[in-house]
Amino acid sequence: MGKLKVLHYINQFYAGIGGEEMADVAPELREGAMGPGLAFNSGYGDEAEITHTIVCGDSFFNERLDEAKELILDMVKSVKPDLFVAGPAFNAGRYGVACATIAYEVLSQLGIPVLTGMYEENPGVDMFRDKLYIVATRNSAAGMRDAVSKMVPLSLKLARGETIGASAEEGYHPTGVRVNFFEKERGSKRAVKMLLKKMAGKPFTTEFPMPDFDRVPPNPAVKDITKATVALVTSGGIVPKGNPDRIESSSASKYGEYDITGVMDLTAETYETAHGGYDPLYANQDADRVLPVDILREFEAQGKIGKLHNKFYTTVGNGTAVKSSKVFAEEFSRKLVNDGVDVVILTST
Amino acid sequence: MKLEVGYIDITDIQFSDKASLQDGVLYVDRDAITAMILEDERIRAVELDIAKPGESVRITPVKDVIEPRVKVEGPGEIFPGVLSKVQTVGSGRTHVLRGAAVVTTGKIVGFQEGIIDMTGLGAEYTPFSKTFNLVANFTPVDGLTAHDYENALRLAGLKMAKALGELGREVEPNEVKTYEHLPVMQGAEKYPELPRVGYVQMLQSQGLMHDTYVYGVDMKQSLTTMISPTEVLDGAIISGNCVSACDKNTTYHHLNNPVIHDLFEAHGKTLNFAAMIITNENVYLADKERSSDWTAKLVEYLDLDGVIISQEGFGNPDTDLIMNCKKIEAVGTRTVIITDEYAGRDGTSQSLADADASADAVVTGGNANQVVVLPKLDKVIGTLDYVDKIAGGFENNLQEDGSIVVELQAITGATNELGFNRLSAR
Repeated sequence: MGKLKVLHYINQFYAGIGGEEMADVAPELREGAMGPGLAFNSGYGDEAEITHTIVCGDSFFNERLDEAKELILDMVKSVKPDLFVAGPAFNAGRYGVACATIAYEVLSQLGIPVLTGMYEENPGVDMFRDKLYIVATRNSAAGMRDAVSKMVPLSLKLARGETIGASAEEGYHPTGVRVNFFEKERGSKRAVKMLLKKMAGKPFTTEFPMPDFDRVPPNPAVKDITKATVALVTSGGIVPKGNPDRIESSSASKYGEYDITGVMDLTAETYETAHGGYDPLYANQDADRVLPVDILREFEAQGKIGKLHNKFYTTVGNGTAVKSSKVFAEEFSRKLVNDGVDVVILTST
Repeated sequence: MKLEVGYIDITDIQFSDKASLQDGVLYVDRDAITAMILEDERIRAVELDIAKPGESVRITPVKDVIEPRVKVEGPGEIFPGVLSKVQTVGSGRTHVLRGAAVVTTGKIVGFQEGIIDMTGLGAEYTPFSKTFNLVANFTPVDGLTAHDYENALRLAGLKMAKALGELGREVEPNEVKTYEHLPVMQGAEKYPELPRVGYVQMLQSQGLMHDTYVYGVDMKQSLTTMISPTEVLDGAIISGNCVSACDKNTTYHHLNNPVIHDLFEAHGKTLNFAAMIITNENVYLADKERSSDWTAKLVEYLDLDGVIISQEGFGNPDTDLIMNCKKIEAVGTRTVIITDEYAGRDGTSQSLADADASADAVVTGGNANQVVVLPKLDKVIGTLDYVDKIAGGFENNLQEDGSIVVELQAITGATNELGFNRLSAR
């Protein structure tokens, strides 16, 4: 395999045209590498080479966005590179946004592997971190050597379609996708070191930043339960005996919808749990313990509730991704609403 | 409390007519071990086998893994309150057959057990691909309840480990380490300049296949309490759980608790390892509130500057973890928590079932939902009948070529939350 062909995007400043006063210059395609591109080329060695450079003023890009995108994409098409590298932009806001925006266009429109780099506070990071790899750099061009040393290997991996490791290994800003990798030290050792730093008031980096937790406020109380249609939904894994849909015991990929028309009581012969995360014995003896059909039938007969809905929805909560749970619930919630259900009793385990 | 631990390195394991330990080779008397196991009338049959590192062997479903140890000097015996009288252990001298393990397997309640591969990709994720394993595959008598069977299996594994450990009693260890845990005031006087650090270990206690025993006490029936870390090295804490296998602590993990070891290593240098607190992870909210109130209360009484909190399991215990963290931070003690993640097979989902801003220092053992393809191996000890039902397995995951597609969840110890492994995620 010959050298990979790299197209490099930089702004007017790094092209040596000028500073803010020259930020209006239109995109221009030049042959060869320039400015930071020279450092990239020496890093690439025999593996790859920047054959062309696109220079564009930051104001031009950000103020005439559609025009800039079109002009630049045409240039990329004419060069047909194996890899598109933009920046690094460090903490230059408009340059960072331009690098990430155009890199994303090249990736999504042309399917060419792309990489850019910038400082964590650059607005380009938050706008595009979940869409493309952005290498974490220092906040000024003093960090050029460090940035290039991370961008060169990662961009080569991307161009070759190799597996990309975790952010901590490769040096990119976390994308929101959790990726496994092997650390140098075991977890307990890392915990001791992190605690020593935290107690001393020194900076430390958590391995998992806490998410904004999705808390759901309860609905207002039901006005008249004696007229309401009540449905049962559970994450406790109650299924007809034999688990006909093979809902997984953990990390469920699906939910079940089962008809309970005429079912007065769940028995050991007719229902069981598919859940692998709790002692199943008691639920298998009497699944009403998790999905209280028997009591609701009594309430129905006594007029304490309007009626019990003839279908229940069930899945296994054990290790099931929150994202999957949301997809399940969005789907069957619509069915429940369409079926005129007023109340859902949600049971866990 | 001062404990000398003598490590005898095991370099091979073989069946033999006579049990002995010579030059690092563990000779196992198969008939004697079998007879010992069958003394328990709840067990109908047992098959013993050996699995060595690098062999094309898959062990599944795995119930527990136990390291052979023997108390050579000092009060009590190994696994106090379970195999021997209740007597405080953790001082004197203990010998360890380092590199050997007993692995128990057999059908238990259908789904809920783990996989140990001795070679290939799976071997990279479980620590027990590196140990010389004596594997026991049990069959219970007909009609035995799940709870009784779990109990029988748990005790049988411990007995086997004790019997093997006994062979190391008179053997000169390859390495001897001393672990000393000082009374609170003495520690404070000895290391006035060092931060006082504690270890809060959360023990799984959610019911069958999710229980942990301390000196024989079912932890779900205990209030949060204190223990000397040296007691743990003598088998004061044993595992009664294996579901899901990736982040449950086997008895082997307890005996080799890496948080204890790494805190001891830093003790007297960068910190004062002042106390160890054990708490449970019960399923009821009132229990969670009570137990986490108590961890924070004990941390405050002990005047600790910082603690490491290790979780066991996921989902429901995420709530206990966050309660412990939040309440301990609220009494002014700094925390680092060790957990693992369930971020979905594509890694894009929320990793924990609970969260709080005070949990700002997290060590993760990796995303347990990551899917791996385990190659077909030549020999299976146990049975593949359950690999689609175990936690981490799914329908039709046993491929035609004999390979198995599973989440890391299914692999014993893969995302351990004591920080036993190097696996992590970002």
